[in-house]
Amino acid sequence: MTDTDTTTTTGTAHPVAFPQDRTCPYQPPAGYDPLRAARPLARITLFDGRPAWLVTGHAAARRLLADQRLSTDRTRDGFPATSARVAAVRERRTALLGVDDPEHRAQRRTVLPEFTLKRATALRPRIRRIVEERLDAMIAQGPPADLVAAFALPVPSMVICALLGVPYADHDFFEEQSRRLLRGPLPADAKDARDRLEAYLGELVDRKRTAPGDGLLDDLVRRGPGDGAVDREQLIAFALILLVAGHETTANMISLGTYTLLTNPGRLAELRADPALLPGAVEELMRVLSIADGLLRVATEDIEVDGRTIRAGDGVVFATSVINRDESVYPDPDALDWHRPARHHVAFGFGIHQCLGQNLARAELEIALQTLFDRLPTLRLAAPAEEIPCKPGDTIQGMPALPVAW
Amino acid sequence: MRIGIDTDTCIGAGQCAMVAPDVFTQDDDGYSTLRPGREDGGGSPLVREAARACPVGAITAGDPEDAGTPPGTR
Repeated sequence: MTDTDTTTTTGTAHPVAFPQDRTCPYQPPAGYDPLRAARPLARITLFDGRPAWLVTGHAAARRLLADQRLSTDRTRDGFPATSARVAAVRERRTALLGVDDPEHRAQRRTVLPEFTLKRATALRPRIRRIVEERLDAMIAQGPPADLVAAFALPVPSMVICALLGVPYADHDFFEEQSRRLLRGPLPADAKDARDRLEAYLGELVDRKRTAPGDGLLDDLVRRGPGDGAVDREQLIAFALILLVAGHETTANMISLGTYTLLTNPGRLAELRADPALLPGAVEELMRVLSIADGLLRVATEDIEVDGRTIRAGDGVVFATSVINRDESVYPDPDALDWHRPARHHVAFGFGIHQCLGQNLARAELEIALQTLFDRLPTLRLAAPAEEIPCKPGDTIQGMPALPVAW
Repeated sequence: MRIGIDTDTCIGAGQCAMVAPDVFTQDDDGYSTLRPGREDGGGSPLVREAARACPVGAITAGDPEDAGTPPGTR
């Protein structure tokens, strides 16, 4: 109620611009340093000059991500956009991630049984088979290879296709449209890609009505009126978010995780010597890489945070790369340490929208990274590490291509 | 130990089952539930960690006396 000052928060004369592009693909941009010094809350300026709050402290992030006075409905006034591309597709809400309770709860319940820990464990043999097959194909083709195109993208794409009942034969189409949706480059690209994906998924679910298969989408189509019934429009919205979120995020974690291990050979050697470290290493990679770096919310009521007031209608952004480097929780936060308890990171978010696919993602990451380095002990980057471009700061972090040899 | 799961709050993230698999599991709908015979946590030191890992604070873990019951064995 007292603090509306935007100039002193970060200790600098002007609020920091957010997002910025990374230079090292697994570290926050140097331009975020003032934000790391301003916990738990800082002021930022978005691409369009609008101000917003940036949550930077770990405890505050966990509290606020679980606070239902913050909405993920991007059609609400004041909802922040991190680029013109993000702003271009905000006239319609996304399913699941983009709706508040109680609607969100009902939607999540519909698909939850497919994403339990048990289900992810049951899928492990299938994931392992997909991983081995992709490596067989990459090895048969011989070095050098683009690890993104040959391995990191196809593995999660094939897994989510199998789970949803989307034909993998269409992967060139939906991967390309997902890329345009998430990276444009033009705002019109994102909108066009969204429309194309919706049209494609609409035709797919229509076909499933007459010729059902055994995926989650088939199951949703088959459910009659009553509990759990989903109309066509909602089914398309579910399919869109599950398909895009299901392959893009994990693909970036596999490629960026590989890059991080190859550029930290000491940590890689340690992991190879003791595979029992793998689950902890996956959590630590999730923490350090923080690929979804900028979770967006808008306040629906005034919220007090450490004596400051986020006003109703204010945009709130969670910088996961900064939150996951809170020194009070993670000493020496930039260092990769397989032995630290990294578990309480917010790389999957927190609160009701915490990643639906996190159990599946963990299984895919463990199997993909372990099998990759087991089968290719001489794997190395085929270009100087610092010359491999990163994706821009307004999208899921990672690299468009990762040249490797062995 | 007295363990409570608020099933109206649980979102089925499965974090409790990941952190303390001997105590927590997910039912067929995906929501958190205690394993039969482990309703008191079975002395697992991971129960509090599971409560902290829950993204929606659906799990409470306390000593019996915290809940106002007579002091007794854990």
